Amino acid sequence: MNRSVERHRNILDFALSSLLRRKGKNVSLWVMYTLVVFLIAAIVFYTHALKREAALILQGAPDIVVQKMVAGRHDLVPVGYAEKIAAIRGVTAVRPRLWGYYYDPIAGANYTLMASGDPPPGPGAADIGSGVARTLRVAEGDFIPIRAVAGAPTLFQVRKVLPYASELASSDLILLSEGDLRALFDFPHGFATDLALTVGNPAERATIAAKIAAQFPDSRPILNSEILRTYDSIFDWRGGMMVVMLGVAVFSFVIFAWDKATGLSAEERKEIGILKSVGWETGDVLLLKFWEGAVVSLAAFLCGVILAYVQVFFFSASLFEPALKGWAVLYPRFKLVPDVDPYQLAVLFFLTVVPYTVATIIPSWRAATVDPDAAMRS
Amino acid sequence: MRKSTAFLLFTLGNAILLVLLLWSGRYASGEARAMREASRILVQKLQLTDLCLFTEARYTRHPSMADLHSAFQDHPLALEHFPSGSLAAPPRFHGERR
Repeated sequence: MNRSVERHRNILDFALSSLLRRKGKNVSLWVMYTLVVFLIAAIVFYTHALKREAALILQGAPDIVVQKMVAGRHDLVPVGYAEKIAAIRGVTAVRPRLWGYYYDPIAGANYTLMASGDPPPGPGAADIGSGVARTLRVAEGDFIPIRAVAGAPTLFQVRKVLPYASELASSDLILLSEGDLRALFDFPHGFATDLALTVGNPAERATIAAKIAAQFPDSRPILNSEILRTYDSIFDWRGGMMVVMLGVAVFSFVIFAWDKATGLSAEERKEIGILKSVGWETGDVLLLKFWEGAVVSLAAFLCGVILAYVQVFFFSASLFEPALKGWAVLYPRFKLVPDVDPYQLAVLFFLTVVPYTVATIIPSWRAATVDPDAAMRS
Repeated sequence: MRKSTAFLLFTLGNAILLVLLLWSGRYASGEARAMREASRILVQKLQLTDLCLFTEARYTRHPSMADLHSAFQDHPLALEHFPSGSLAAPPRFHGERR
């Protein structure tokens, strides 16, 4: 046992000396390798944590949302639908939601305006999200202007700023009284943006949605599970930018592995020849090359994963912010609860460490099986 | 010190650090948990449907409420206007084939 460990340690010593002899090349390789692992790990950690956050936060979202469709786009829904839907067995409550968007030309930001609150603000008052307060630089008691549909700006006094802690759900919200919202956008009475339904038994949601779709062919029921699935598909590995970034990272590994697998430098070949001529066996040479590959890939994997974890969970993925923000002026500040899937970590390990190490051994095996004299002369 | 000892210590140190980070994430991160809880309560009270992640376009602000055509609002072959449109895939709805 001790003899075998000592043999491995001697070969590891030699492998490290060998790597340090080509310090510049190997350190730059390790840095690039770490960066690629960091990039993949950060994407995986970030998307997984966000998906989990969405799943837990949106559990409280309405059981079913009913929209009205006109020519493939959603339209205002008559409040009269609510009474008929409430009569469907299993529906315990129907709440018309009144909400919309407002583009603020001064700040260049988009806000979500909603007639809601706990309790709802009175006429002329508004509750605003932390992101709105930050963008407009206002606090409780200040006034915010919102341009009505007629063009004249209306001032609303900020009653309260919604807690900073809820920013992931409320950053861009402006809550107004129903009367104010209707007056601002000339919202017709008897209509709402959509209907939020509460269903007593979760198993009945799909059946009730089917009944609504049959009773109101112009409606679109959206189930709570579909809301949750939307976030799963947004941050799925196949989603837009995600697949591009993962593709780039995987190609980087292919290049690393290709560089190793296509052959050894003349110097390395000569080194193998000398080792064999002084008595090293093929197995020893392969072990040496295995350790060389393992040292670089293991160190890069551990450093890359640690850096990714710190970036995502301690610095709130600030490196991804420009990509996520796009052209938006208002961006929420939030912290993700660390949640790493061991399966994903294992996949990352086998995708990064194993192929590189194997790719290091193969050309060495070819070089180690030729005659030492030929290897030294080549 | 032998080079192999230094490398093994370095690897062991990193592995312990990683395990500690993963472990601390499970039990610490009080602020992030408080934020999650506050958001969850607000979503329930106000009956919200989406996370406020991308505010630049209405169909990325409320992806679960957007209709399938909103990303191509000008015409069916129009190029997507907004950068976050490349991050957010269109939603799948009830009755749609999967």
